[in-house]
Amino acid sequence: MMAQRHAFCFIVGHMSGHDHDHHHDHDHSELSETQLRVRALETVLTEKGYVDPAALDAIVEAYETRIGPRNGAAVVAKAWCDPAFKQGLLADASKAVATLGHVGRIGDHLVAVENTPKIHNMVVCTLCSCYPWEMLGLPPIWYKSAPYRSRAVKDPRGVLEDFGVSLPKDTEIRVWDSTAETRFLVLPMRPAGTDGWSEQQLAEIVTRDSMIGTGLPKHPGSTS
Amino acid sequence: MDGIHDMGGMDGFGKVESEPNEPPFHETWEGRILALQRAMDYAGAWHIDHERFARERLPPQVYLTSSYYQKWALAMEMNVVERGLASPEELRAGHALKPGKTLKRKLTPAVVQDGLTRGSFFRQQQAPAKFKIGDRVRTLNIHPKTHTRLPRYARGKLGMVELCHGCHMFPDSVAINLGDNPQWLYTVVFDGRELWGADADPKLKVSIDAFEPYLEPA
Repeated sequence: MMAQRHAFCFIVGHMSGHDHDHHHDHDHSELSETQLRVRALETVLTEKGYVDPAALDAIVEAYETRIGPRNGAAVVAKAWCDPAFKQGLLADASKAVATLGHVGRIGDHLVAVENTPKIHNMVVCTLCSCYPWEMLGLPPIWYKSAPYRSRAVKDPRGVLEDFGVSLPKDTEIRVWDSTAETRFLVLPMRPAGTDGWSEQQLAEIVTRDSMIGTGLPKHPGSTS
Repeated sequence: MDGIHDMGGMDGFGKVESEPNEPPFHETWEGRILALQRAMDYAGAWHIDHERFARERLPPQVYLTSSYYQKWALAMEMNVVERGLASPEELRAGHALKPGKTLKRKLTPAVVQDGLTRGSFFRQQQAPAKFKIGDRVRTLNIHPKTHTRLPRYARGKLGMVELCHGCHMFPDSVAINLGDNPQWLYTVVFDGRELWGADADPKLKVSIDAFEPYLEPA
């Protein structure tokens, strides 16, 4: 019964200290409790007529199979090959991306920011988990974690070190905290040694992290 | 509110740990709660800032020890109950005991793409923009007890307007059911030393997206 009381302490608005004197290990029992709660939510909201489980299936399937960093990689690769597209992307990213049928529909408020030899851009959401998910899929756990959210705005070079990235001292680091509905996509620099590559080849070396600003594109010739 | 969610600049959380080949979901229920959120958004049950404000109101010790999607589940329970869409008894029973309210629309497989496309946050302007690109501004030193998108580390700081994103619904109003209250939205950029003092990285610049009511001329 303790588990049950604990599970619903928030929604009834009375939380006494003893409900929280245990640790929330992510162990089996805790997950089972969460599974039960989420199942209860889904059942109640379905029976109330608010949601359709078949639509929920389709959403899960879309995130598992279709919506991922390859969308953003295609945009970056095109910008590397097509100066007019790049110009349009930097001027109005929502509009430019909407012209690419294969990337799919995106909403408003996308802004692309360009890395140069002088400026390295990095994107964070210190308040929650805002992320350009139509371009990059669901945010990775580290992006939503306290270490990243706390340090990215104060010690971005330290964060980059955690990712094995070291930038010259005189490179300006520009951190974009996504505090409203604008979503930022980093346009990384095209690596040397990729002259004549097709957009498809280029897209292969554009990593998710390079579009968040915590990584760089893969080296040409790298197999990983 | 000055909650635990407002993490920018805090020390002590340790290294950023990346998980190689991270799957979209680690547990089946994570996908379900995400999909429920998208479906309830589509239905017009609440706005994204109601979701955020509910998570912000989780007790700090719960916020820090719950996984990301566990926080979503807790916050959704709060919104469902607070907005009268189901009762605590129903959530406890795991079944509806009364008929539901009428919502604006329902996400079905036929329109699922609409549930995956972000809505527009643009709203009709109520007044001309007070600031233009290049203007020096100072963020206000405000500490509302309710939802705001002005992070603590960027309050009372001198910055420059770099971009104007048009007029958007105002989260601080939406989250407490005062309506869209449209406001101009700007990217405001700060020097690292303005935020973190003389020892900050001299090559650091940080920007936030700031709604006009957060700003005054400087």
